[in-house]
Amino acid sequence: MRQRLSAWIACLLILGCLLAGVCIFSLSVGSVGISAKNIISIFFEGKNSTEYNILFNIRLPRILLGFAIGGALSLAGVISQGMFRNPLVEPYTLGISGGAALGVCLNIVLGLGHSAGLISLPLCGFIGAALVIALVYSLSRKRGTVKTQSLLLTGVMISFICSSLVMLIMAVSRAEDIHGIVFWIMGSLEEPSWGLIKLTALISVAGLFVSYIFCSDLNALSLGEEEASHLGVNVERTKLALFLLASLLTGASVAVAGIIGFVGLTIPHLVRMVLGSDHRIVLAASFLTGGIFLILCDTLARTIISPLELPVGVITGILGGSLFVYALTRTRTVLGER
Amino acid sequence: MMLEIKDLACGYGAQFSLSDINIKVEKGEMVGVIGPNGSGKTTLLRAITGILKPKTGTVLFNGKDIRRIGIKELSRSMAVVSQGADTGSATVEEFVLLGRAPYFGNFQFLETERDIDIAEKAMKMTDTLKLRQRPMSEMSGGERQLAVIARALAQEPKLLLLDEPTAHLDIAHQVVVLDLIRRLNKELGITIIVVLHDLNLASEYCHRIVLMNKGKVYKTGTPEEVLTYPVIETAYNTVVVVEKNPISSKPYVLVVSEEERQRKKI
Repeated sequence: MRQRLSAWIACLLILGCLLAGVCIFSLSVGSVGISAKNIISIFFEGKNSTEYNILFNIRLPRILLGFAIGGALSLAGVISQGMFRNPLVEPYTLGISGGAALGVCLNIVLGLGHSAGLISLPLCGFIGAALVIALVYSLSRKRGTVKTQSLLLTGVMISFICSSLVMLIMAVSRAEDIHGIVFWIMGSLEEPSWGLIKLTALISVAGLFVSYIFCSDLNALSLGEEEASHLGVNVERTKLALFLLASLLTGASVAVAGIIGFVGLTIPHLVRMVLGSDHRIVLAASFLTGGIFLILCDTLARTIISPLELPVGVITGILGGSLFVYALTRTRTVLGER
Repeated sequence: MMLEIKDLACGYGAQFSLSDINIKVEKGEMVGVIGPNGSGKTTLLRAITGILKPKTGTVLFNGKDIRRIGIKELSRSMAVVSQGADTGSATVEEFVLLGRAPYFGNFQFLETERDIDIAEKAMKMTDTLKLRQRPMSEMSGGERQLAVIARALAQEPKLLLLDEPTAHLDIAHQVVVLDLIRRLNKELGITIIVVLHDLNLASEYCHRIVLMNKGKVYKTGTPEEVLTYPVIETAYNTVVVVEKNPISSKPYVLVVSEEERQRKKI
C-alpha cells in the first residue's frame, strides 16, 4: 500500500514536471521566438516591452485556458466513462456539445453578439448546454431512478437532433454567419476575456476537487450499480452528482472554447492503460495529462503554419487519434475488456 | 433475532413476484434458500438488501426496519455475494479493499492501516492472500468466488447473503467454498443466508432450509423436514428418491431419468 502511494505521488510529480516543461515550451515558441532563459528576465524587467506583452497577455492566457479545458474535458471523460461503465462514452456523448452549438448558432444568426457584447457567445453556449442537460436528465428519469443506458441513448438522440438543427440554421443563414458558426464549432483557445479564462480555470480546478469526494464511489461503481449499493454507495444520488459535475465541466469548456474533440475520450484511456483503473489516481492524472495534451496541441496549432493558425480540434483529433490507435495496438488488454 | 421478514410482498413492475413471505432468521444461523428456477430466491435476497422496495410488509434487521437504516450503515453489517457479478480489472487486493469502502469518511481516499489489516485477514481466511497481486480477470471461477467472499468479509458483516456461491464450480471447489462459509458461520459467528441450487449441498451444510415455490415460502424447517420426497416432488414437479448420506446421515436427493421411470412405471 505504501509502495502504491509513493508510486502515485511520483507519477503526479512527473506529470507536474511535464506540465511545467510544456508551458515553458509553449511560452517560448511562436511567430516571435523567445528563448526559455529570457522568459524570467522579461518577467522581472521588461514590463512594457513587446516581449512581455506577447508572453503574458497573448501566450499565457492561452496556456492557462488550454490547461483548464484540457483538464476539465479529461476529468469529465473519466467521470462519465466510470459512471456509465462504458469505454466509448465521452463528455460530448450526452448532447452537451450539441446544445452548446445550437445556443451559439442562434446567437450568431440572431445577432445577439452585437447588442450584448463578447460575453454573449459563451453565455448562449452555456445556456444551450444546460438546457440539454436538464432535458436529457428529466427524460430518462423514471420513478425516481435513472437507468444509465436510457440516459446514454437519450443523450445521443438529443445530440443528433441538436446537430441537425444546427445544420438547418446554417442552411438558411448568410455566408458570414456560417463562417462564424463553423469557426466556433471547430474549437479554439483564442479567448480575449481574462475574466472568462479565470472563471473557466476556477471551475475546472474546483471540479477536480469535487470529483475526489466521489473517487471511492466511482471505484465501487466499476463493479456495477447493484454491487456498489451493497458497498454502501447511494447509487442514485451519486449518479446525479456525477452527471451534473461532468455536465458542468463540459458545458463550461464548450461554451468558452467550442467543440474540442478527442481529449475527453482518449486521455482517460491512455491514463488507465499506464496507471490502472483506480479512480483515486486516474482522476488527478487524467486532469494533468489532459491539460498537458491540450497545451501541446494548441502550441502546434498556432505554430505549424504560422502566421496562420490551424483549428486546435484538428490537431487533437489527428494527434489524439493516432496516439490512441498506437496505444491500443501495443497493449493486449483493450479498453478493460476481459 | 437477526432478520425478520413479515408479510412481505414485492416484485418488479406491476406483477407481484413475491407474496406472503414470513421468514425469521436467528443470530448465528446458517439458512439455505432453495426452490425451482424463477421461484423468487434471488428476488428474496434483493428484498432483504433493500434494493427492491417492499410493496407491503416489512423487513426487520436487528429489530429495525431496513428502510430506516442508511445504505452506508447497512453495508457495514450486511454483505452480499452476488451471482456472477462483474469484478472489474483490479488486482485481488484492490478488489478486497473495496469491501472497506463502507467505512470511508467523505473526504477519505486512502485506506488506513486497520483497513489493510482487515483486508489481509479476509484474504488469509479465504486462502487468497497468495493471489493478492494477480488481476481479478485472470482468476479461475473458484478463486474468483473466494475473492468475492473475501471482499464481503472485509465489510465485517454480521449477516452474509450469498446467491448461488457454488454455481459453475466443480465439486472440489463447491466443498471448499461451502466449508469456508460454514467456518465463517461457526468461528466468526456470522449469520448466513445462502441461495443454493444443489439440494444436497443445502442439506449437508445448512441448519435450516427455506423452500420457495412460485413466489411464496413453500416449506421451512430442518433439512430432514424439508427434503422429503413428497415435498420435493410437488415443489419441483419431478420424481425424486430421498436417501440418507451414510456419513453425515443428512437427507440426499436423487433424480430418476425418464427411461428408468418408464421401466419401473412410476
